[in-house]
Amino acid sequence: MTGRASYFSGEGITLRFGGVTALRDVAFSVSEGTVHAMIGPNGAGKTSLFNVITGLYAPDSGTVRFAGASLSGLPPHAVAQAGIVRTFQNLEIFTNMTVLENVLTGAHLSAKYGPFDFFLRTPRYFREERRLREEALAELSFVGLEGDASLPAAQLPFGSQRMLEIARALAAHPRLLLLDEPAAGLNIRETSALGELIRKIVARGVTVVMVEHDMALVMDISDRVTVLNYGEVLADGTPAEVQRNPAVVAAYLGEED
Amino acid sequence: MSSIRETSSAPGLALFAAAIVAAPFLLPDYYQSVLIVAGLFAILSMGLNLLMGYAGQISLGHAAFYGLSAYASGILTTTFHWPVPAGIAAGVVLSGVTAALIGIPTLKLKGHYLAMGTLGFGVIVYIVFNEAVALTAGPSGLTGIPRLSAFGKIFSTDREYYFVVWGTVFLLFVLARNLVRSRMGRALRAIHTSESAASVLGIDVARYKAFVFVLSAVYAGIAGALYAHFVTFISPGSFSFHASTQVVTMVVLGGMASLWGAVAGAVFLTVLPEWLRAIEDYDILVYGAILVLTMRFLPGGLAEGVERVLSALASIFRGKAKASGGEGKKP
Repeated sequence: MTGRASYFSGEGITLRFGGVTALRDVAFSVSEGTVHAMIGPNGAGKTSLFNVITGLYAPDSGTVRFAGASLSGLPPHAVAQAGIVRTFQNLEIFTNMTVLENVLTGAHLSAKYGPFDFFLRTPRYFREERRLREEALAELSFVGLEGDASLPAAQLPFGSQRMLEIARALAAHPRLLLLDEPAAGLNIRETSALGELIRKIVARGVTVVMVEHDMALVMDISDRVTVLNYGEVLADGTPAEVQRNPAVVAAYLGEED
Repeated sequence: MSSIRETSSAPGLALFAAAIVAAPFLLPDYYQSVLIVAGLFAILSMGLNLLMGYAGQISLGHAAFYGLSAYASGILTTTFHWPVPAGIAAGVVLSGVTAALIGIPTLKLKGHYLAMGTLGFGVIVYIVFNEAVALTAGPSGLTGIPRLSAFGKIFSTDREYYFVVWGTVFLLFVLARNLVRSRMGRALRAIHTSESAASVLGIDVARYKAFVFVLSAVYAGIAGALYAHFVTFISPGSFSFHASTQVVTMVVLGGMASLWGAVAGAVFLTVLPEWLRAIEDYDILVYGAILVLTMRFLPGGLAEGVERVLSALASIFRGKAKASGGEGKKP
C-alpha cells in the first residue's frame, strides 16, 4: 500500500464460481517478518483467497506476487517450492501415518535424494533420512508434541492435530506460512499457547499470514489486519486502526439505527 | 499400525528368503508349478498394491499390462526369433510405456471413474488380443513360446523356474519396500489421504501418480513375460477382466498398503483352489465362504495375520529382550 514493492502481495484478485463472486478485486500487501491477519464474517472469501494463493483455485483475474516473482499459474506444489506452505481449516492430517511420518512428509522438499538412492539404499539415503528424522523430531518438540511421535496421527486429540499440521508445514521450511483458522476448535489455554507459538515462528524468520476468527488472538499478535466482507476488502491497517473503522464495526455488529 | 509393520522387516526378510529356499524341498513336486504361478501373482499384486494400497488409485485393468508383456515377449521370441531376455525386456518396456501413455489422461479421474477408465482399457486390450489374429493367433492362442534361457542356460525344470520366479519376487519385494520407506513412499500415502494437503507440501501429485502407475505396470510386465516363458502357450483368457479382479482380490484380501499382504494374498488365493479340488462340487461355495470370513475377522487382510505370526516369532527369537530398538519407536 506504500510505494515500495512489498514482500508478499495480491492485486485485483477476482474469483467467480458460476454466478457467485467469491472474491472481487482483492488486494493485500504483507511485509517480511510480520504477522498479517485476514479477518471477516463467514463467507467473506478468506479461505478462497488462501486457495488462490496456494494454487488450488485459479482466479479469473489478478496476480499474487511473492519475493519479487509472480505466482500466477503455478500449481500447488510449485507454490510450495517457492516457499509458501499452508495449513487447513478443516484438518487435512494424513490419518494413515504416524505423527512423525506426517512431519517427515512435510519435509518432502528438503529430502535431497532420488529414486536411485532409495531403491538401492545408498549412504546418501540413510544420511538424509537420519537428518530428516532429527529435523522432524525437532519440529514436533517445537510445537509441543515430542512425546507423540510414534502414535498414529488419527489418535491425537483435535488440538494436537492442529499443532501437528503446523509442525508438518514448518518441516517444509516455508518462508511464508499460511494458517487457516489455526485457533478454531481450540480452548482458551490452547489458543494462548498458539499465540506464543506464532510469535516463535516469526522469530525464526518466517512471515505468517493467518485467517482467524478469534479477535483476541488477532488483535494480540497481528502487525496488520486486512478485513474482507462479501469477497471485497473492507479495510486494511493496524489492529487498532481496524478496530476503530466504522465500516468494520458495521460489518461485524450490524448498522446502528 | 503401519509403523510396526515397517520396523520389523529385517528378520521378516531373512525368514522370507529362508522360506523361498526351503519350500521346494519340503513340498511335493506338484506344488512347484503351483508356487510358480503364485509367485507370478505375487509380483502382480505387489505392483498393484503400490498403486492401490499405498497411493489409493484403483486399477481394474491390470491384466492388460500383464498380457501386453506376455504377448510382446511371446511374439518377439516365437515369430521373430529374438533371444528370450531381449523379448522379456521389450515386453516390460511395452507395459511401462503403455502405462505412461494411458496413465497421464486416466489418472486425472478419481474413484469410480478411475475404476471405469482402467476397466475400459483392460477390455480394449483383451479385445485386441482376440482380434489381432495375425500377431497374437487370436482366441486359439500363441503356441511354441520358448522356455526362459539366459547366458546359455535353459531353465527347463520347474524347480529351476521356481527359483527364477521367486528370486524375482524377493528382489522386487526389497525394491518395493525400499520405495515405501522413502520420501516417495510417504508422498504416495499422503496422496492416498489428501491430494490437496500433499500438493501444498510440494508433492507433485500428478507426477507421482504417473510414476507409481508405470511402476506397477512394470511389475505386471515382468510377471507377464515370466508367465509366457513358463507355460509356453498363452491365450487371451489369461488376461481377461477376471484376471484383473483376481489381482485386486489378492491385494485386498492380503492387506492394503502391505507388501507382505500382497505376497500372502497371492499365495493363499493360488493355493486354496488346489486344496479345494478334493471337494469339487462345493469348492466355489467354500472359496467364497473363506473370503467372506477372512475379511470379516481380519479386516486388515492376511497381512494382519502374518504380522501377528511374525511378531510372535520375533519375540520368541529375541527371548526376554523387550521389543525395543525399532526405528520410529521412541517412547
